[in-house]
Amino acid sequence: MSSDVLVRAEGVSKKFSRNLMKSLWYGVQDTLDDLVGRDGTTDKLRPSEFWALDNVSFDLRRGECLGLIGRNGAGKTTLLKLLNGLIKPDNGRIEITGRLGALIALGAGFNPILSGRENIYINASILGLSRREINEKINYIIDFADLGEFIDAPVQSYSSGMVVRLGFAVAAAIDPDVLLLDEVLAVGDERFQIKCLNTLAEFRRRGAGFIFVSHNMRMITRYCEKVMYIRHGQVQYFGDVATGIARYYKDMHASGSADEADIPDSTDTLGSGKVKILSSQFLNSRDEIVSEIGVGEPVSLVVQYELRDVDVKRAVLDVVVEDAQEVVYQGTNALAGMAFENLLDHGELRVRFACLPVNMDYLIFNFALLDQATGEVHDWKRNLRLNVRRSPKHGGRLVMPTTWEMNAVEQPKARLLVSNE
Amino acid sequence: MSDLLVTVYTPESPLRKPGRLLREMWRDILAARELAWRLFLRDVRAQYRQSILGYIWVFIPPLFASLPFVYLNSQGVVKIGDTPIPYAAYAIVGTTIWQVFADSLNAPLKAVNASRSMLSRINMPREAILISALAEVALGFFVRLVLLIGVFIWFRLLPPPSAVLFPLGVFSLIMVGSFIGLLVTPIGLLYNDVQRALPIFATFLMLLTPVVYPVPQSGLAASIAQYNPLTPLVVTTRDWLTIGTTTHAAAFVTVTLGATVMLFVVWVIFRVATPHLVARLGN
Repeated sequence: MSSDVLVRAEGVSKKFSRNLMKSLWYGVQDTLDDLVGRDGTTDKLRPSEFWALDNVSFDLRRGECLGLIGRNGAGKTTLLKLLNGLIKPDNGRIEITGRLGALIALGAGFNPILSGRENIYINASILGLSRREINEKINYIIDFADLGEFIDAPVQSYSSGMVVRLGFAVAAAIDPDVLLLDEVLAVGDERFQIKCLNTLAEFRRRGAGFIFVSHNMRMITRYCEKVMYIRHGQVQYFGDVATGIARYYKDMHASGSADEADIPDSTDTLGSGKVKILSSQFLNSRDEIVSEIGVGEPVSLVVQYELRDVDVKRAVLDVVVEDAQEVVYQGTNALAGMAFENLLDHGELRVRFACLPVNMDYLIFNFALLDQATGEVHDWKRNLRLNVRRSPKHGGRLVMPTTWEMNAVEQPKARLLVSNE
Repeated sequence: MSDLLVTVYTPESPLRKPGRLLREMWRDILAARELAWRLFLRDVRAQYRQSILGYIWVFIPPLFASLPFVYLNSQGVVKIGDTPIPYAAYAIVGTTIWQVFADSLNAPLKAVNASRSMLSRINMPREAILISALAEVALGFFVRLVLLIGVFIWFRLLPPPSAVLFPLGVFSLIMVGSFIGLLVTPIGLLYNDVQRALPIFATFLMLLTPVVYPVPQSGLAASIAQYNPLTPLVVTTRDWLTIGTTTHAAAFVTVTLGATVMLFVVWVIFRVATPHLVARLGN
């Protein structure tokens, strides 16, 4: 065993019961089993039980950050509780070297009636700091929390952000070897977030190992060099971040596809029907029909129509593009779009996107043919899906075309700054 | 690296390694002292900061438990036998002593229940919660001493020399009360029936114990009082403070030692049960 392993989990399993009364009764049974000195290791499930964690193994070394990803209920929090020693595994073994800190329940144990300063002493004591250590660090904690006059006001007068700041400030005063983080950085203003991140960086420089739970893949990509993707209590992937996140997204969309997002409604006419949309496709730069493009590649949306009302001479193709989270990336619209004049009986309209920089797993296209002057909708198609090959290197929603430069700048002379008149 | 603490979590019962269990219990009780003090300060400050009557609340339970009996006895509705000191003083001393037991009985479950969110999220020496709660019980008792002093002055009573043993009686009541209280705490964390039942049970128990009446000499009441382990505690503690001689000293010592041993046993049970309880507390 390498000497710098901080956390070693071997075949760790934990079961829970879905039924409250059964769960409570099993709690009594498990306690009694322990009291008569049974081994406690089990492979069997009792009625209504399921494996919240099933045979999880991993190592965490000094200076490493391991990202835990998975949907709600996948078992991430259960794993953190096991590592924290709050609950016992039903199978397997966990070994932790050094002091463990958990930025999980910031401010747990705060009493709302007491002042921030009084609560610092209590909270730090709960987290295991001695009186001497607290006295040494109290000024650091107060500075870090940056609450100004509020430090002597009762905590119940704080905003939720202030409570978290105080909680983090106290937690930051411990000097852990292993740090468990659970979505804590999602709160507070930017200035405070940066402060938190820099504190974590400092812990890391000193050799602490992190286990970081987040649904924010940007954070995971930025801070972790390994991820563990958990699904239904089982490790689906353990390894490099890009592959892990890709696996997670793939599963997310595979299981999320039961909803309407995957079913293009091509048959019904939504609108006046004066111009009817017959079919539509995506074309790549070589005019091949595709269902997937790489991020940043050009793509065309082609729409075949039939003119049903000869009085209609022209129409606008309004394209709305959105991602899985229903964030809208406007394609074209009635004002910015092209008004196609002199429509034929049967024809084809095309919108070329010179570059589609969206870095999401897929995009949903909703488009309509409408009258520019009155806004009358002739036909409207929804939920046409275009898959995107994401860039594993980029975390955000977009990969913006970028060029880089470095130029020398001459230092301005101090004299020039003051000589005005 | 080698001098770093290594912590291992396995499904194994902690009772299989008694040496390790005892070491951890010792370590935690040391670590708990400071935290217990902090929690004690927190709860005491918070309790009286948001209250108009403040410490007066400490006097209310024993007063309101004894005054009805004083009233009923004075009106001849109930017939309570001869007491060595005026009955009103006798009853107030009795209920004040009893309150120590009742508070100790309720304290563990009440304190642990109030700390549920901490318990399920932070790994800390849980003993601190219990110690702090018992310290609050003791504080309540010390404040009530003021009431007792007032009663002694009012009735022109002089405590006998054995009154110096009175704190020992109080200690014994805390031991017995917290033993029973901690025994039911694990179950009480899972099922809230326990917390509902405890105060009712305590009131019932008070009436079965010679608190507001002297030890009965005949009939069913005499047998109940004889086998009730709380009888020697209450009677001895009160005798030490009021008349100076007691008939129950041997039983008192037996019960106190027994309760102290049992308190250690239920402490082990509480530790063994905690991870199983936390798993059921939710977030």
